[in-house]
Amino acid sequence: MKTASSTLERELNSPKTQRRRKYRHLGDGLTRYGIATGGIGVIVAISLIFFYLLYEVFPLFQDAEIEESNHYSLQGEAAEGRTLRLVAEEQNEVFARITDSGQVHFIQVADGQSLGSHSLPLGADQTITSVSPGLPGDDILALGLNDGRVLLVEFSFGVEFDAQGERIGVRPEMTFPLGDETLILDPEGRPLQDVSRQVGRNGFILGGIVDQGEPLVLKLATRTNMITGQTQVTPQPAQLPARHAYQQLLFSEDHIYTYAVRTDGWMDVYNTRRLREPELMQQVRLVPDTQEVTAVRFQLGSDSLLIGDSQGRITQWMLARNSDGERELTAIRRLELGDHPIAAIEPEHRRKGLVAVDTQGRVGIYNTTAENKVIDAQLLEAAPQAVAISPRASMLLLQAADGSFVTFDVDNPHPEASAKALWGKVWYEGYDQPEYIWQSSGASNDYEPKFSITPLALGTLKAAFYAMLLSVPLAICGAMYTAYFMAPAVRKKVKPVIELMEALPTVILGFFAGLFLAPFFELHLPGIFALLVLMPLGLLAFGYAWSQLPDRIRFLVPDGWHVLLLFPVVMLIGWFSFAASQPLEVFFFDGDIRNWLTNDLGITYDQRNSIVVGFAMGFAVIPTIYSIAEDALFGVPKSLSHGSLALGATAWQTLVRVILPTASPGIFSAVMIGMGRAVGETMIVLMATGNTPIMNFNIFEGMRTLAANIAVEMGESAVDSSHYRILFLAALVLFGFTFVVNTLAELVRQRLRKKYSTL
Amino acid sequence: MRISFKDWVKSGSPWIWLNAGAVAISVMLVLGLVAIIAVRGLAHFWPAELQESLATDLQGQQRMQLGEVVEVEQVTAEQLRGAGYEVHADSDFLNRQLMKVGNRDIYGFDFRWVLQRDLQDISYPPYAVAMERREWGNFYGYLLGITENGELLGEQERGENHLWEEAQKRIDRAVDIYWEIHALEKQDIGAINYELEQLRLEERRLELEGEDTPENLARLEAERQKWDQEYQALLQRLNALNEDFSRDSFLMETTDGYKLEIGLEEVVRAYQPNNMNLFQQIGHYFDKVWEFVSEDPREANTEGGIFPAIFGTVLMVLIMSVIVTPFGVMAAVYLREYAKQGFLTRTIRIAVNNLAGVPSIVYGVFGLGFFVYFVGGNLDEIFYPEALPAPTFGTPGLMWASLTLALLTLPVVIVATEEGLSRIPRSVREGSLALGATKAETLWRVVLPMASPAMMTGVILAVARAAGEVAPLMLVGVVKLAPNLPLDGNAPFLHLDRQFMHLGFHIYDVGFQSPNVEAARPLVYATALMLVAVIASLNLAAIAIRNRLREKFRALDM
Repeated sequence: MKTASSTLERELNSPKTQRRRKYRHLGDGLTRYGIATGGIGVIVAISLIFFYLLYEVFPLFQDAEIEESNHYSLQGEAAEGRTLRLVAEEQNEVFARITDSGQVHFIQVADGQSLGSHSLPLGADQTITSVSPGLPGDDILALGLNDGRVLLVEFSFGVEFDAQGERIGVRPEMTFPLGDETLILDPEGRPLQDVSRQVGRNGFILGGIVDQGEPLVLKLATRTNMITGQTQVTPQPAQLPARHAYQQLLFSEDHIYTYAVRTDGWMDVYNTRRLREPELMQQVRLVPDTQEVTAVRFQLGSDSLLIGDSQGRITQWMLARNSDGERELTAIRRLELGDHPIAAIEPEHRRKGLVAVDTQGRVGIYNTTAENKVIDAQLLEAAPQAVAISPRASMLLLQAADGSFVTFDVDNPHPEASAKALWGKVWYEGYDQPEYIWQSSGASNDYEPKFSITPLALGTLKAAFYAMLLSVPLAICGAMYTAYFMAPAVRKKVKPVIELMEALPTVILGFFAGLFLAPFFELHLPGIFALLVLMPLGLLAFGYAWSQLPDRIRFLVPDGWHVLLLFPVVMLIGWFSFAASQPLEVFFFDGDIRNWLTNDLGITYDQRNSIVVGFAMGFAVIPTIYSIAEDALFGVPKSLSHGSLALGATAWQTLVRVILPTASPGIFSAVMIGMGRAVGETMIVLMATGNTPIMNFNIFEGMRTLAANIAVEMGESAVDSSHYRILFLAALVLFGFTFVVNTLAELVRQRLRKKYSTL
Repeated sequence: MRISFKDWVKSGSPWIWLNAGAVAISVMLVLGLVAIIAVRGLAHFWPAELQESLATDLQGQQRMQLGEVVEVEQVTAEQLRGAGYEVHADSDFLNRQLMKVGNRDIYGFDFRWVLQRDLQDISYPPYAVAMERREWGNFYGYLLGITENGELLGEQERGENHLWEEAQKRIDRAVDIYWEIHALEKQDIGAINYELEQLRLEERRLELEGEDTPENLARLEAERQKWDQEYQALLQRLNALNEDFSRDSFLMETTDGYKLEIGLEEVVRAYQPNNMNLFQQIGHYFDKVWEFVSEDPREANTEGGIFPAIFGTVLMVLIMSVIVTPFGVMAAVYLREYAKQGFLTRTIRIAVNNLAGVPSIVYGVFGLGFFVYFVGGNLDEIFYPEALPAPTFGTPGLMWASLTLALLTLPVVIVATEEGLSRIPRSVREGSLALGATKAETLWRVVLPMASPAMMTGVILAVARAAGEVAPLMLVGVVKLAPNLPLDGNAPFLHLDRQFMHLGFHIYDVGFQSPNVEAARPLVYATALMLVAVIASLNLAAIAIRNRLREKFRALDM
């Protein structure tokens, strides 16, 4: 005995078994840590989705930043004269400075070194008295001279490469689009106090102010000869009535409207479609009574005006139709910058943004669409001599009152995003009132992107609503019958069939809805409404008829098998409704229900509409709701129903008064999960609707949902652009919504399970 | 025993009948949908009869037309009046039929709606020919003659058919040559192009690494020469084949008398649907079905087969399941066997469960941003600088699609595996531990084998879900027409960076983005049927496996 145990002991402690034990122990530890790492890794990877979406969305709501990068005074020749205008270029390497003595200096941004000075082709006694503000996106300036003449000059900055393809730097160039001859704007030769210009499809238009605010207009129709390449200019002078003293003229891009800013804070709007007979459309007070207009610029696209006043406010004005349908200059929004007069406004070149500087050197950077002030900083002590913003809006160039130059790096990637722009009503350029619009991209650079998520969110809810309208009654009623009345043998077959619906790819439902249901419903519209009425009536009629049959027939079908009788009935009613559709159409709607809807009721009808979506998506959601609700109902302990039945309640009373209330949390969670599925469904909506973002609940029109919108636009949005990030935001909203809804539903279900186990 | 209406209502029976009706409606909806797809998808391959008639159009002009009747529907007279037809005042309804008249190169369209009352002299001429072509869709008309190298070999009148057998022989010959050319272009020349592209990339890589020494460059040049020579040889063979290919042509005539010559290089097959017996029809049917599942699409995906889409779907799903299985199982084992059961674990479990309900498009957005642009972009910079600025992995592709779907289906696998693990009785684990097994041994030898049915179910359900998912794939790698399969004979054989075709996306694209939706419609139904069949059988397989293995372990369920 003793020997045996000691042999065992020896064997257990032999080096071989010890090694083996160690090895097993090691294996155990390795598995433990391996699985822990893997498991935690997977969980981290899954949660990465949420954090990555957040990470992509976050920059939208980050503040813009501005930081001083250089500060210097110019040296030598480049420092001479008074700055009339600064022109910055895209690479932020060079800027041009135009002085009143007719010199153009190209200066390196980094250190203020001069890259060359050029004299403009002016006569000995000619000096520059005014410079037109550039238009965002092109660098053609009109220079007004002291003898009533105008010179047009264009700056271009190209990046230069050497023979090996290495980058050398930016090469500035100055050209004269209409030749280096000056043009006569004022035949009387008075100095131009202000000059402005607009470029249009067939030439330029120039405006100037002389003397005591007398306005002058000159239209230059240019025609380029295709063969010689020479440009022929035909000047057409025009006269605005000098009713008041003006300080500035502005022309719309199509040359139809002329905005004349008066010195007394009013504006006269002229219709100059016929240049020789300008027609006064409107006189409007731009600023409150005691205030003055201190700065006027076009916003990018020349559709709206930015007016700065002496109280530190910038107002955006635009021609919009009033309630009488007439075009009227209307203030569409107001931006605030301190209490001091606005000294300068510079619109951004590629976005609907602007920089404003007041007389105290306070600088504000705004986005007009989003009504967003992204930067408000005291950058200088006094009004600047000149302001320029680079085309990419990444650099701000200021010349301080003391003549020194300060440059700032601006990091302002997403000014378009603000809570108001994303969710609120916005008054967009070209619209007559504030609206909710999603229209993310347009043809040209000066397009105002419209990023209102509201119509998409509403479309999502609309689609989900119509889907729930079909699926909730069908799924819950079906679940009640299956769980409580159906024979187990039938239940075993029916449940998998309905659950098979869940496995059907939604692309198939979507294609079926778009290619089959949409045209079918269009042709049989009255049939659908007939079906809605006839189906319940027909079922009830059949039920009553069945109850009137002699027992000998009724007893042929055992309890819980009655549903089988209904299959042919349902088919028959369905067939009858659609067969009766066209006679109904002829009888009630004169043979064309679409016509009737449009003409008599004024309802728009799309072929791919909410009925189709509701039907297809309802179909997709039925199994989800049905399956969970059925589980909840079936799980109600039998003792409850037996007790109720024993007390004399009918089966229906037991179901409604006992089982339904007990299982109601489960049914609620089933509906929630179904809702979550309907909200996030992409393919069905994409294929079964026209994907138009609209703001109504009309059942005969379609919608555009968040998910479908992502599917349509994600591929074409530029990486890291505002559009891209807003699509990520849409994904995050979907993620958050479904996650919260599902979690709630899951918690409710868990509590219910606990409750059942105690009953 | 009769009961009165009042008692009937009081007993609650009406409500019960309505509830039963809801079940019946739901079941009928599923069956109806599957039935409609099946009927429409399967009917497409049957050789449809060609109907010839004298049709009067809106302007009152009469012309002969020949084609397949696609569908007939009833419309109200009022709608027709709105469309400009003159309809007699007392007729309320009219039938109109959609004709596939083919001959797109001649008529400019292949479908035409006609009112049945406008048709006269309807007949089904036995010798009318339907010809499937590689371009311009079907041709319907009559065979008048055969030419070889421009010389007329034989002629016949309408109503005669002695050339038909000869014509079939010549078509067979041309089709054989077509496949030879196809193989040459796709495989041999394709391989050479691939090698040349690799050489170009290598040269660029050497340049980037500063090793573009004359010896290296000379080596590359020599290799390029070699491939070029081979290419020239192949090209000669190809030219010879091409010449042979276009030797014959047919003289054809449309029913309204337009004569044209159709080269046999354009013809896929020709048949006389009105002159076929049942066996020929069945043969034709299976021929078409085989073409559908085994060939490449033609004519902007509106004709031909869907083989690349089937292949892409299967390959993507395979790669996905290889990724998702180990990770899903690992996470489930961790959560159920190793993690401390407490509030945190419960929260994680609920969160994982709910991820299954997060819209799939969200995964697509994540996949595009994270995998494609972030991970892929960085991979390109590190490993494929020579190909830049053309992206290798920094663009949607097979790998990213598989990974995205793996993430999407991870919750399915985790939840199913966990459920399986929780079903294993404690006693089994405790027995194993009591016998001295370590936890790892218990896991490997006892727990995991017993949970394998659940894992299997999870993976199959994941595969079924992934096979039907389209929305995320649209963002991360699916294209309407991929030039190459992602698996081919060029090393490294499996090209994870390539874009691929997918059944679900094929349905969306052909049904909704195609220029000729009407022509594509039957194919969309057939593709949908294919997808439904694949997914339904996967689901049924999951259920069957679950039941079988559950039986096997039933003895343990105490």
